[in-house]
Amino acid sequence: MKRLLAAIVVIALLAVPALGQAQTPRPGGTLNFMAPYGGDLLGLDPHKCTRIQEFLVLMNIYRSLYRWDPDKSMPALDLATQVDVSADGLTYTYHLRKNVKFHNGRLMNADDIIYSYNRIADPNLKSPSVRFVRMIKGAGDVIDGKAQTISGLKKVDDFTLQMTLADPVDPSFSLREPGTAIVPKEAVEGKEDAFNTSAPVGCGPFKFMRWVKGSEIILEKFPDFFMAGRPLLDKVVYRIASEASARDMAFRAKDLDATIVEGAQYEAYKNDPVISKNLIEVAEMFTRGVAFNMDFEPFKKKEVRQAINYAVDRELIIKKLLKDKAFLATSWLPTSSAAFDKTSKPYPYDPKKAKELMVKAGYPNGFAIDQAIGTGNASWGVVVYEAMLPFLKEIGITLKIQQMEGAAMVERLKNGEFQTFIWSMGSGPDILGTLKRFSAENTRAGGNYFNYKNPEFDKLLNQAAAERDPAKKLDLFKKANNLLFDDPPLWFFNYNKAVMGKQPWVHGLKPVAIEMMFQDMTEVWVDDSSPRAKQK
Amino acid sequence: MAAYALRRLIQFIPTIVGVTLILFLLLNVLPGNAALMAGGAQDTNVDATYIELMKKEWGLDQPLHTRYLDYMSRLLVGDLGKSFLRREPVAGLLASRIWPTLKLAVVAMGIAVCLGVPLGFYSALRQGSWADTGSMVGAVSGVSLPQFWLGLLLMFLFAVKLPILPPQGYGDGAARNIILPGVTLGVGYMALLARTTRAAVVEILNTDYIRTAQAKGLPAAVVNRKHVLRNALILVMTTAGLQFGGLMGHTVIVEKLFSWPGVGSLLVDSIFQRDIPVTQGCIMFLILVFLLVNLAVDLLYAVIDPRIEYR
Repeated sequence: MKRLLAAIVVIALLAVPALGQAQTPRPGGTLNFMAPYGGDLLGLDPHKCTRIQEFLVLMNIYRSLYRWDPDKSMPALDLATQVDVSADGLTYTYHLRKNVKFHNGRLMNADDIIYSYNRIADPNLKSPSVRFVRMIKGAGDVIDGKAQTISGLKKVDDFTLQMTLADPVDPSFSLREPGTAIVPKEAVEGKEDAFNTSAPVGCGPFKFMRWVKGSEIILEKFPDFFMAGRPLLDKVVYRIASEASARDMAFRAKDLDATIVEGAQYEAYKNDPVISKNLIEVAEMFTRGVAFNMDFEPFKKKEVRQAINYAVDRELIIKKLLKDKAFLATSWLPTSSAAFDKTSKPYPYDPKKAKELMVKAGYPNGFAIDQAIGTGNASWGVVVYEAMLPFLKEIGITLKIQQMEGAAMVERLKNGEFQTFIWSMGSGPDILGTLKRFSAENTRAGGNYFNYKNPEFDKLLNQAAAERDPAKKLDLFKKANNLLFDDPPLWFFNYNKAVMGKQPWVHGLKPVAIEMMFQDMTEVWVDDSSPRAKQK
Repeated sequence: MAAYALRRLIQFIPTIVGVTLILFLLLNVLPGNAALMAGGAQDTNVDATYIELMKKEWGLDQPLHTRYLDYMSRLLVGDLGKSFLRREPVAGLLASRIWPTLKLAVVAMGIAVCLGVPLGFYSALRQGSWADTGSMVGAVSGVSLPQFWLGLLLMFLFAVKLPILPPQGYGDGAARNIILPGVTLGVGYMALLARTTRAAVVEILNTDYIRTAQAKGLPAAVVNRKHVLRNALILVMTTAGLQFGGLMGHTVIVEKLFSWPGVGSLLVDSIFQRDIPVTQGCIMFLILVFLLVNLAVDLLYAVIDPRIEYR
């Protein structure tokens, strides 16, 4: 009997912590989050914004037709429950949710979507999101001022929308952009300024409460959100906190519930017994590397560009300089992209092969690069050039490094005034979009800073764009990406390893590959141990 | 005195015109532009037509002199223009940021004056004592401490180790939010003021009239109050006044560090975003404050020292 009792006690004791771990989402409380990128928000009108800094907040006030599903790393329907696609891939019929309410209490219907897309295309608004609706049939005419409304959008009934496209492209990548959010006409018309600064109305899980300019922006729970029982938090505070060291202090003081982790803190956080268990990591869709200007004589030789890729021990640089806060880059498309070829291998560190290639290219003694430009960034700035110097010296290449500030560098890139530049460039999520950067049709101003031209690549890309079968399409993208690897426009360095640290009481934050800060707060919750668990 | 003030105010005009010209040229020869920033240059491929559209909208396609004349003519009627990126009038943006910066500057100055002046005075009266040496070593360190480092140190002590104050943020404007940024900003000025006061008092203590006052048997307290303090104040006030004018512009680092919603953080953001109208507006404001504070200090001389008279 005693033994039985003892066994029961032991089992009970073991069960208690187990129960504690399997917590059910708890409603209530405040989450102190941050907006860490470059100063105050510029506005709250989603159709006028462009920066991650605004969208990371706005995506929780507004909703778009699609959303990004961080679990599948693909777009998913959000405001519609089902979509029927015609055989030619040009007509999309959306069956909208019937219970989506705006923060002003009105039900959302097909007219709101039509209004929003028309507003984005309106040349008087000058929306930077224009490029996301351009693929809808007739949008081009509106953008050019030749028509008032987009002809490809038709309301079948209140909750059915028919959209015709100009080309058979997948609209989900564009229409999940936070810049294509659906807004109610009555909250915008005639109140443009207030809508942008003090009275935004969306249909997202949180509604706008207060914006202390330059300091913080506060959202509160929208009880009529279309998902029952969601959101869980009562309030989300976005602190404008661009100083990494100050953010670190606030996080350690438990004043911030989560923080984006930069290189300087990563090592310390990894060694901290509590914080190290609460780090979220993901390979973000940004590819970093040293880009080659194809107009510079030596870079016209493919062998030279390959040689540089062989010559540098990038693994060592990532380990020593970046303290492992990066994933080794294998190709242009990141590992988190659906078109990433899992069988591909990165360029190995092979100085012998590099020398051979230099000889083959006709540069046995190397050459000098006089304009190697870059920013002061700690993980993809000029410091990386400095780390590369001894390796490049081995194949006779010398660098004259020039550090400049971001805005100044973009200008130089657009005019082609460089021989190499080092930067972090978006390489997703839209596969076609990111590969088009290297299309011969693309200009320097349009993102092909390299002036890269490869007819074979262009052919593959056009085939992929025209292909209707998703599997074959992905296969063509893979081939195009492998071609970029073989005829490299850049020295592949790394994919950003985005790291977010959270307090132990925060649950539901996800590794988001498009941008770690794009956290959908719908499912995020805090348990009882949060100091702000009861704060309204 | 009114005539003098008016004359000084008129003298502001050439100063301001000069400043606008230099500022305008500097900002416009800087590489990069707001359209690229707004186009999300770094994120993805940029829509070239959008950038051209915005350049046109903001008049960036016009020649420099046309833009300057246009800017000046609007400035004459008090129009600071519209922010490129925020699509709001600059005047409104600036107005919402003045109060937090002013509050911060007043708190910092309060700390500097209330602690710095007595400290300097005390040191001077006990020249050469350990207390004097100690406080002056402190003052030199105070002047040399980088604000950024001091701010982090204070955050670490009072928000992480002894969690009694919020590490950053404006909150709802509560007093507890201003303590850390206020002290961070104030320490350097306090140290500077302590040194200035000490120097002034030491000099006065060696003058003949003090010796006379002491010789005729006046109690030390009376000498210090009536003769030393009053004379020292002129010099101290000049320093404090000039500091206050500059202080409004020196809040930049502290504001960024503590997420403080003031003019300083607006200025820094606008420079990085190449939002020229906002940068111009902020600097214009800071210069005006500087000029006005200087004028106020000059006028105050006459109040403190009856020998000074403005005609």
